[in-house]
Amino acid sequence: MNFGQSILEALESLNANKLRSSLTMLGIVIGVGAVIAMLSIGAGAQSSISGSIQGIGSNLIFVSSQRSDAVRNPKPLTIEDAQAIADPLQAPSVAQVAPTIQGSLEITFGRESVTTSVSGITANYSQVNNETLYQGDFITVEQNYERASVVILGPTTAENLFGYIDGVVGQTVRLDGQPFRVIGVLNSKGGGSFGNQDDRALVPFSTAQMRLIHRSPSNRLDSLTVQAVSAESVITATDEITQILQTRHRTAVGADDFSIFTQQSILDIANTITGVLTVFLGGVAAISLLVGGIGIMNIMLVSVTERTREIGLRKALGGRKRDIIIQFLTESSLLSLFGGLIGIFLGWLISVIVGKIAVASGTPFTPVVGLDSVLLATLFSTAVGLFFGIYPATRAANLEPVEALRSE
Amino acid sequence: MEAVPVAEECSVDNPVIVANNLAKIYKMGKVEVHALVDVSLQINRGEVISIMGPSGSGKSTLMNILGCLDLPSKGEYILDGEPVSTLNDDQLASIRNRKVGFVFQSFNLLTRSTALTNVETGSPYAGISSGRKMIAQEALEAVGLGPRIHHKPSELSGGQQQRVAIARALVNKPAILMADEPTGNLDSKVGQEIMDLLLNLNKESGTTLIIVTHDPEIAAQTQRVIKLRDGLVEIS
Repeated sequence: MNFGQSILEALESLNANKLRSSLTMLGIVIGVGAVIAMLSIGAGAQSSISGSIQGIGSNLIFVSSQRSDAVRNPKPLTIEDAQAIADPLQAPSVAQVAPTIQGSLEITFGRESVTTSVSGITANYSQVNNETLYQGDFITVEQNYERASVVILGPTTAENLFGYIDGVVGQTVRLDGQPFRVIGVLNSKGGGSFGNQDDRALVPFSTAQMRLIHRSPSNRLDSLTVQAVSAESVITATDEITQILQTRHRTAVGADDFSIFTQQSILDIANTITGVLTVFLGGVAAISLLVGGIGIMNIMLVSVTERTREIGLRKALGGRKRDIIIQFLTESSLLSLFGGLIGIFLGWLISVIVGKIAVASGTPFTPVVGLDSVLLATLFSTAVGLFFGIYPATRAANLEPVEALRSE
Repeated sequence: MEAVPVAEECSVDNPVIVANNLAKIYKMGKVEVHALVDVSLQINRGEVISIMGPSGSGKSTLMNILGCLDLPSKGEYILDGEPVSTLNDDQLASIRNRKVGFVFQSFNLLTRSTALTNVETGSPYAGISSGRKMIAQEALEAVGLGPRIHHKPSELSGGQQQRVAIARALVNKPAILMADEPTGNLDSKVGQEIMDLLLNLNKESGTTLIIVTHDPEIAAQTQRVIKLRDGLVEIS
């Protein structure tokens, strides 16, 4: 019996019971749809999260001070630490060091006033952190040197203060009551996984340290962002930084008063979390696919019972066991194949809708329906149909023709 | 008995069915049921015979064995030169496909398919793929259903449905045509039409015709009657 003919016959028999066939398919449609939607949402979440981590910059190492009970006399990170790390003789794998000091301050313009995060930064901040400007200029080395009263605003901050963004450069705002000239507006980075990157203000490091954010000791800073020379040297750079800080802070072995994260380690953790989530969601969805498969088996068994006479007739006309098995397996796999195809469409639809909702609620997030998940779902659903069709098909094939013909 | 030209040409030395000492024993739990005790018979090519007998006489069992739907427990059966008694399921299926056509009391048509598709049902098992539609159409025309090939069984009368079934049985040009109460579900007028059709087909193509019936009027139209009682052949 050739392949095309058995497909035609299977289609005819499925068509004869439209309602039943479509209800059976519905189980597979929902199963495959759920799997596709979950996998694509998971993949979308993963790419959105890793995208926003990579958007921070490249080959970055984050150093911050850490209080711990194990350290008897913890020392804060200081400018001198930063200078030591930036010294190419001590840390050849380090390209740049960008120290920051951070505080929450009130910014006013006219009668408008907002409270936002203000960071004191150095001239290399933009390079290290992948920042680009919408308008104006970055903070220069000179401005840092002379403690200039200049500020760069995030787009949201500018919008909140002025009500517009264009032409903000050149205006004067007050930070903590002191006048600062706006020299630039940042490009929007979007609301990422690390809070809103658009609502903030940047001032020269020295200015912040001396006039805005008071720390004791006065040379203390909040965090260091270090850029390694290359992706391969991130690990060596981490070792060098650890060694420098351990020596300078004179900490006991295994009791550091600082912590170091690499961008890669954050990326790895995020990927692990989203990966586990995806597998979990996909697994839950796969259960519904399994239930759909059992539905197919159930209906095929009913169909075998109902069509006992037909099976008997086919055997009388010369149908071998193999022919009968192929006939029923074709029907069950066609059911699940069609269900799978509709399910892929449904899953794609769900993921598009989820993406639209996410964008509408301010999170840029694109679910990705990958070719791999489409192939996986098609293969898996057909396999489900085949597997759950085997039992009913063998049952049909093993009917005795005499008995089958006699049945009512 | 009327003279049938084709049948006359077929001599006694050209048997299509040779059965020697067939016995069939069913085991129902601990009880053995001897459906056939000892049946020997010979049917010649082109012959029209009927098998008669009261219910429980073993005529269905004999028909199943002669139609290769079932194997005898004992004895030897040769159909069209091929020994059947020792074949496995798939070989039996192949024999049925090539050598036996079945016509049933209840037609056994696929209700969802057209007359044409019904006639084609068995063709794929014979490995016929090209020209199948045409062969099926010719078979339908031969039974007088040419204009109704695209009708479904529900749109056909009982007699027309049985004609479709006969076309289906003939499409592979079998050596024997087994008809199990072919007129049982039809009124006598339509039943006679079906009988005429069967006899006519026998006359034209020389297909051996075996009719299982308990209607003496039907049996009277055949050349030979084999009467069964309690699993044995009565002398006719």
